[in-house]
Amino acid sequence: MRVLAALSGGVDSAVAAARAVDAGHDVVGVHMALSRSRAEHRTGSRGCCTIEDASDARRSADVLGIGYYVWDLSERFEETVVADFLSEYAAGRTPNPCVRCNEHIKFSALLDKATALGFDAVCTGHYARVELPEDGRRSLHRARDAAKDQSYVLAVMGPERLARAMFPLGTVATKDDVRAEAAARGLPVSAKPDSYDLCFVADGDTQGFLRERLGSTPGDVVDADGAVVGRHDGAWAFTVGQRKGLGLGRPAADGRPRYVLDVRPATNTVVVGAAELLSVTGLRGADVVWFDPPSAGWTAGEVQLRAHGTPVPARWRAADGGLEVRLDRPVRGLAAGQSAVGYLGDRVAVQATIDEVDRR
Amino acid sequence: MTHYLDHAATTPVHPLVAEAMVAELARVGNPSSVHAPGRAARRAVEESRERLAATLGARPSEVVWTSGGTEADNLAVKGLWWARHGADPRRIRVLVSAVEHHAVLDPARWLATQGADVVELPVHPDGALDLDALAAELSEHGDRVALVSVMWANNEIGTVQPLAEVVELAHAHGVPVHTDAVQAFGHLPVDLRAIAVDAVTISAHKLGGPVGVGALVARRGLELVPVLHGGGQERSVRSGTLDAVGSVGMALAAELAVADLPTEAVRLAALRDALVDGARRLVPDAVLRGPEPSTGRRLPHSAHLTFPGCEGDSLLYLMDSRGVACSTGSACAAGVPQPSHVLLACGVDEADARGALRFSLGRTSTAQDVEAVLAALPEVVARAKAAGLASAPARRVG
Repeated sequence: MRVLAALSGGVDSAVAAARAVDAGHDVVGVHMALSRSRAEHRTGSRGCCTIEDASDARRSADVLGIGYYVWDLSERFEETVVADFLSEYAAGRTPNPCVRCNEHIKFSALLDKATALGFDAVCTGHYARVELPEDGRRSLHRARDAAKDQSYVLAVMGPERLARAMFPLGTVATKDDVRAEAAARGLPVSAKPDSYDLCFVADGDTQGFLRERLGSTPGDVVDADGAVVGRHDGAWAFTVGQRKGLGLGRPAADGRPRYVLDVRPATNTVVVGAAELLSVTGLRGADVVWFDPPSAGWTAGEVQLRAHGTPVPARWRAADGGLEVRLDRPVRGLAAGQSAVGYLGDRVAVQATIDEVDRR
Repeated sequence: MTHYLDHAATTPVHPLVAEAMVAELARVGNPSSVHAPGRAARRAVEESRERLAATLGARPSEVVWTSGGTEADNLAVKGLWWARHGADPRRIRVLVSAVEHHAVLDPARWLATQGADVVELPVHPDGALDLDALAAELSEHGDRVALVSVMWANNEIGTVQPLAEVVELAHAHGVPVHTDAVQAFGHLPVDLRAIAVDAVTISAHKLGGPVGVGALVARRGLELVPVLHGGGQERSVRSGTLDAVGSVGMALAAELAVADLPTEAVRLAALRDALVDGARRLVPDAVLRGPEPSTGRRLPHSAHLTFPGCEGDSLLYLMDSRGVACSTGSACAAGVPQPSHVLLACGVDEADARGALRFSLGRTSTAQDVEAVLAALPEVVARAKAAGLASAPARRVG
């Protein structure tokens, strides 16, 4: 197969590409330029996709003996991933841009371009497994290394796009094995630290990024009864479930910690209250992606509500064009905008974006 | 099998040049040393200087050896500005054409951060300098201009500039003229006895010589403030150990290229015309950028085409995967092709400027290379169109 290997400049994507080469595919490497203002060097491990990352990707391609190109997807990235990130925060929701990137860029813009140019699949360094069972429908599964599993952020791509995705790292035991394999293959990036935080916020200062793009709009912090208990500088700085950084001068009457319960952009208020008010027993999801046929009857499984979060036993069903989820036990601090992924065993069954939470 | 059609980027080293350089590599001696081995190395440099000067109709003392075209451009633009502005502080303006190579544009733009007034002169749609704009600039500000820099011929779209007119206009106001002849030398007759330009940049690796050596050919008496200070070589204009190996390579490469020029220019022009005619036939909406070949005002060996609805990186990948090495004709700062400033200056809109391919031929080019391009072109363009423009509005994911 002709495979386009996305090379970020990190060790995971380099080893993934190496495995695709070993599997006998005709592999070409591509580094995606996603940021318009690309720094020269990495500032520590934060962020990604600097010119140094592009050079590291090129060196990995050299060692693997594959072609290497840099494709500029920065405009599409800005108008989908970054725009969604900002509009969700402005709406008082909590986005997951990595999910949006997989949805709009990696397995959309990049995949479409690759397909038009004659490639059969896009290969990435994501930790997830794709299986092709007897009935021929590809399924998405958790990676063998549960700590690194990224099936949660990949679920948004849906089963059709899965047919053209390749995740060679889904079967490795641990990240350490990947580094060892990289070193054994002579890849210079074997010791490169993992990047974390958002790839498009180079210095890791997400708050600063939001402040710069959304501006300062002071407003009230209120308690569950509506009484004003403080002031804030911009509702976007708060996320449901947040405890730190509330800037409330006086403790609550009962002396217990307060948490963000709700962010209301319409009134520019942030609502805080006691922990038990955060308790969520169910949710409604929109833009549902079904891996199994939609069912009006309940399906029982586990739902994961955060990247690397512990899955919660739950039931789900199709309802009113969306997804209705009932959690078997309450969960705290769920926010609209987050992704909910339903698993049956280690297999992804459904994905949706949380639209509303039920607190009961 | 790779078909190499990117001679404008760099050329294969001529076997005789390689041989001469290897022979010189076997000898030891710093050309500035007084002892016998030093004098032998110095002799190689000076003979090379004389031979190179002869290919240009210049005097040996006018040749300043550099590490290549970029260094020579920096020395010319910065050196002339510092000298002229230093002698007359009113002379603060730098006039460059909007289609100069970045090796001229970027030093000029940097000088703007150091107090210079840089004017990027407009060009006509075929890339030729708008002489009226230059004339107007000079008649209004002539006594405040430090230098003019206009390239001999454009590296992307091949336009030959009206340099004689530029020199006449500039000299009438006492303004020196520098020209970047990196693409022109070896493809067009460059005779400095026939044109009174004050400083000329040339580069070895564009005409069968090695990367790492070039020259600024500057009229005697032209004041230049050095960029490199040090041991005082090249009459202190350009310090640094003289490169005996490089100068030998450059001189021989220049001699060979200039000797072959009359026949090569005709041969390459015919191949280029076949490529352009074939491309236009196979892809009717392809647009040739720069002057039509029939005008005689473009470089004989290159063709620059834009393909509507295509992204340059798609075109490049598809050609590369079919063994055709060509260029999008634009500099890639971060490895990401940008729409060419040359095309934008010619009035091409950004979307059209993105789908560009430049094919440039040279000594080793054959009819098979042109055939390979034409054989690949229809499918390459079809697939690139299907891949579309990355800047096209995002489709809603269903």
